Amino acid sequence: MASDALLQAQSVTIRFGGLTAVSDFNLTIQPHELLGLIGPNGAGKTTIFNMLTGVYKPTEGEITIGGTSTRAMKPYQITSLGVARTFQNIRLFKDLTVLENVKIGGHIHYKYSGTSAVLHTNRFHEAEEEAEVEALKLLDIFELRGRADYLAKNLPYGDQRRLEIARALAARPKLLLLDEPAAGLNTGETLRLMEKIHEIRDRFKVAVLLIEHNMELVMGICERIVVLNFGKTIAEGTPEAIRANTKVIEAYLGEPAGAETA
Amino acid sequence: MMRRWWLRDIVFLAVVIAVIVGAWWAIAYATVYMPSMQYYNRILVLIGINITLAVSLNIINGHAGQFSLGHAGFMAVGAYSSAYLTFYYFAPYVAKFPENSSQAQLLQNVLLIVAILAGGAFAALAGYVVGLPSLRLRGDYLAIVTLGFGEIIRVLILNIEPIGAARGFSGIPPWSNFFWVFFFCVGTVIISRRMVNSSVGRAFLAVREDEIAAESMGVDTTRYKVKAFVIGSALAGMAGGLFAHYTPAYLNPTMFTFIKSFEVVVMIVLGGLGSITGSIIGAIVITILPEALRSVKEIMPGGRDPRMVIYSILLIVLMLTRPQGLLGRRELWSFLPKRKDRIPTESRDDGDSNDKLNRDAAPPVT
Repeated sequence: MASDALLQAQSVTIRFGGLTAVSDFNLTIQPHELLGLIGPNGAGKTTIFNMLTGVYKPTEGEITIGGTSTRAMKPYQITSLGVARTFQNIRLFKDLTVLENVKIGGHIHYKYSGTSAVLHTNRFHEAEEEAEVEALKLLDIFELRGRADYLAKNLPYGDQRRLEIARALAARPKLLLLDEPAAGLNTGETLRLMEKIHEIRDRFKVAVLLIEHNMELVMGICERIVVLNFGKTIAEGTPEAIRANTKVIEAYLGEPAGAETA
Repeated sequence: MMRRWWLRDIVFLAVVIAVIVGAWWAIAYATVYMPSMQYYNRILVLIGINITLAVSLNIINGHAGQFSLGHAGFMAVGAYSSAYLTFYYFAPYVAKFPENSSQAQLLQNVLLIVAILAGGAFAALAGYVVGLPSLRLRGDYLAIVTLGFGEIIRVLILNIEPIGAARGFSGIPPWSNFFWVFFFCVGTVIISRRMVNSSVGRAFLAVREDEIAAESMGVDTTRYKVKAFVIGSALAGMAGGLFAHYTPAYLNPTMFTFIKSFEVVVMIVLGGLGSITGSIIGAIVITILPEALRSVKEIMPGGRDPRMVIYSILLIVLMLTRPQGLLGRRELWSFLPKRKDRIPTESRDDGDSNDKLNRDAAPPVT
């Protein structure tokens, strides 16, 4: 079963000094899956993202992507394995244009030597043309083409969020990690984002793992949800099962009054 | 599809060479009638060398965002190593041929190029060594390390007897001239411009903007930081080699103190960090300003020299009124009227205006 999994995390634990941020976390992501990761603030969701992308090294446990262990890998190497992400606090290249942002997203696909850049060889022209075409395609999908020449910092907030997803997709990932993509969006924008996530999943054949606090979005589109509290997985299953799970309700709303006094 | 990608470049190169040679001859011709042209010629050559330095530092500071204060050190490495080669190996060899014979002329120019490229290679090596600590250090800390590096180079030179130590290195063959200086200057500008418009340059910019995001987009940040250092210092080393061989062809360690490094930093900050044309303008202004202010000395009572005071005041005024430099991050042509057939660029922001204001106001829909 494990061999065809896109990503597998086995009993992953990370400690910062005395604090165990995530303990004994297990996760298997199949190709083309839409997966939600939820939990109260401080549950360790973003920490998990950082471990999956190699920003943090797990203290214990093993993460494999397509069968390759990522233990000794740097974040940029993990990107070439087919994992791309967005950030909770938007991290665009602010002083570059929208188009340049997306082109950098495709960096691993359009590499050539500095010499061919200086001499403008055929390799350079081919790669640059391809980068431009692919980037514009993505901007079309995210309705950002008209603003291709804007500096990223001058985009409205919602556009910045979408640009970040476009930039991540430019890396042609097999797994897309979205860290609170709907944060700060209004209801209408959130609805459109839900459709968008569905659309890109089908169009680019990616698996999506998303962290989100907006339950409407998570319950609406995710096929499977993992709930985290205090660094531990407390529930896993379909949206319906999660909605009915008492542990999840406890984690979000507190324990029933009766349980406390007993 | 195969394209003859080199054809346009070769034509372009020929035009550039023709222009430089034309200017060179014009100046030589004018000097015959007006001996004071000698002075202007020298200023022009200094401008050429300073443009090379500023544009090369702009790759490290402006594009890759690594604050380096050791540029005089790289320049010194290039200057001394190329001068060492010509003085001890090349000049005695050229001397075997009759003076001013065509063979000697040709050989001298070829060997000058070899020496300058070798100087660039040594400087690149130095850049690699300094680039390595930049894997760990950021901002101010990196600036301190590179500053220290520049001083180490100077103190080393001060103690190496074969290259003159504190006396300075004299007797270097004065082979460099207007043509070679501007040939390398234009070359540096082209390299820098093409680099920044390529995947390599975009990776530099990504590292400058946000290292964590760059890394997560598959950019090997350490590799590109070192790359920026190596390219920038190699070009600075070549500028040093040209400087070493230009009349009076004399080198002294005091020419390469941290003040020289600051001067180059001032050039690029003045012109606008990250802008190539800005660096060129900065280099021209900073080279001309002290010379232009020379005449002020004559009208001062007692012949005092107020140049440095005026120079500093001008810089302070500029930094107060345009802290992002003359051009900001834009290139000169982005100020020109725009063509209509491109993606609309009217609303492209130059990064000058207040960030906060821009974030609140949504840009007009195009």
